[in-house]
Amino acid sequence: MTAILIMNVILVVIAILLVIAEKYLVTYGDCRITINKEKILTVNGGDNLLSYFAQNKIFVPSACGGKATCGYCKVEVLSGGGSILPTEEVFISAKDRLKGVRLACQVKVKNDIEVLISPELLSAQEYKAAVVKILDLTSDIKHVFLKLEEPSSISFKPGQYVQFKIPETDEFRAYSVASQPSQNNTIDLVVRLVPNGMCSSYIHEVLDINDKIALTGPFGDFYLREDSDKDIICIGGGCGMAPIRSILLHLKEKNMPRKVTYFFGARSKKDLFFTEELFKLSKEFPNFKYVPALSEPKPQDSWRGETGLITQVVERTVIGNAHTEAYLCGPPPMIDASIAVLTKKGIEEIYIYYDKF
Amino acid sequence: MNTTNPLILLIATIFTHNIALVYILGMCPFIVISKNFKTALGMGAAIIFVVTLTAIINWPIYWLILVPAHAEIVSYLIFIIVIAATVQLLEMLIEKFFPPLQSSFGIFLPLITVNCIVLAVLLFMVLRKYDFIQTIFYSVGTSAGWALAIIIMAAIKEKMMLVSDIPKGLRGAGITMIIAGLLAFAFMGFAGMITLQ
Repeated sequence: MTAILIMNVILVVIAILLVIAEKYLVTYGDCRITINKEKILTVNGGDNLLSYFAQNKIFVPSACGGKATCGYCKVEVLSGGGSILPTEEVFISAKDRLKGVRLACQVKVKNDIEVLISPELLSAQEYKAAVVKILDLTSDIKHVFLKLEEPSSISFKPGQYVQFKIPETDEFRAYSVASQPSQNNTIDLVVRLVPNGMCSSYIHEVLDINDKIALTGPFGDFYLREDSDKDIICIGGGCGMAPIRSILLHLKEKNMPRKVTYFFGARSKKDLFFTEELFKLSKEFPNFKYVPALSEPKPQDSWRGETGLITQVVERTVIGNAHTEAYLCGPPPMIDASIAVLTKKGIEEIYIYYDKF
Repeated sequence: MNTTNPLILLIATIFTHNIALVYILGMCPFIVISKNFKTALGMGAAIIFVVTLTAIINWPIYWLILVPAHAEIVSYLIFIIVIAATVQLLEMLIEKFFPPLQSSFGIFLPLITVNCIVLAVLLFMVLRKYDFIQTIFYSVGTSAGWALAIIIMAAIKEKMMLVSDIPKGLRGAGITMIIAGLLAFAFMGFAGMITLQ
C-alpha cells in the first residue's frame, strides 16, 4: 500500500517538474520559414522542417518518413538551421555541405529560417487516383494502371517519379512513371516486390482494382532533356525499365527524332518484360534499337541475344561518341559501373543522367 | 555497507569489470553506433553524463525514501521513470542553454534512455549496497569503461573500413561481434587483479 502511494507521489512530482520545464524551456513561439525568398510560412516552432512542409502541402520527397535513412528530403538552408548533425553527414557531400544542404527531416525549427527548395517542388501536388488494372510482368514485378481523379490531369517530364502514399499510414515510397506525359490523366507504375518492403508488398498483395489511393508529384531531375539533339543511350535494369519506357513512348510520339539505343539487363528470360512492345518499336523506327542482355540465361531460354552483365554488353557494342547523352536507371552498382564504362567511351559525365534506387 | 575503496571501484569498473566487455551489457548501441569515431565519442560522453546523473538522483530516492518506507518492490519502476524524466529534462536544458552541445551529444540522449547499462548501474548500486561516494565512483567508472569500449570498437571499425577486405557475409554486425569477442579476450588479461563484492 505505502509502496503504491510513494510511487504515485514520485510520479506526480516528476510529471509536475516536466510540465513546468516544458512550459519555460521549450518555447520557440512563432517562427517564419522563408521559402525561395518569396513564400513565407508562419509556424509554431519545435517540430522539423519536413513536417511543416507537409502541413503546408509542400511535398518535399521523403521515402523513410523522417528517420534520416533515405536522404531524399534535401533542402538548402540559407540561415537559421544550425550546424549539420551527425545523422545527416552520410547523405551530404562535402561540396553540398558548403552550400548549406540539409535533410529537412533533421532540421528543427527554433527560430526564423530561410530555405531554398527546387521550384518544381512548389508545383508538386497531391493527386487522388483509382486503380484501373494490375498486370503481372514477371514473377515479382507488377504493372499498375492508375486513373487520376482529383485533379484529373498531371503534367510531368518523361523520366520523373511520383510518391505513392501507403494507405492508413504517413509513409511514402517513390515510383517512376512508366507511361508517357501526353497520356495525362493516367499513370502507370512498375513495382517490383521488395522482400519485407512495406509499400511494394502492399501493392503486390493488398491493392485491388478500383481501390482509391493518393500520390504526390511529379518529382526528380532524371528526365529527358528535350532541348538537346544528341544521340541517346539508355541503360536499365529491373524496374529501372519504368522511367525509360516513359522516355521511349514520349519519343515515339515525336517520331523518334534522335538515335536511341536501349540496353536492358536481366538475369534470365523470365525477368524480361515489355519485350514485344520494345521490339515492335524497334521495327517501326530504324532509329531505335533494343538490346536486352541476360547475365545468367537458362538452357531452356534458348537465348540468342547478348549475354553477360549489361555493362560488359555496353562495353562491347557501344562506339564512343561525344555527341551522345545517356539515361541510366537501375540499382546503384549497375549505375556506377555503367558511368565508368560510358565515360571511358568518351561520353561526358555531365551528359550522363541517372536515377539510382 | 560495502567497504570497497572508491578509487579501486573506479579502476575495477573500467578495466577488470568492464560493463560492455565483461558483463556484456549495453550491447545495442555498442554494436550499432560504433561505426564512426566521432559519434562514438559523443555517445560515450552522453552515457557518462546520464549514468552518473541518474545514479546521483536515484541513490537518495532509494535509500532515503523507498527503503525507510519498505517500498523496495517498486524500485524498478521508479528507477525507469526517473531515468526517462531525467533524460527528457536534460535534453530540454541542453537545447535551451547549451545549443552547441546539442549537436555533439544532445541527439544521443533519447537513444540512451532505454540503454540497459543505465538501469544496470542502479541495480548493482542497490545489490552491492554502495554508499553515496562509492555510487558516484562506481557510476563514473562503469560508464567510462563502456565509453572506452565503444571508442576502441569505433576506432577499429573505422580503420578496417579503409584497409581490410571483409568477406561479404561478415560485414556489419558479423564482424562487429567478432571484434567485440576479441576485445573481451583482451580485457580478460586484467581479470583477477581486483575482486569486487
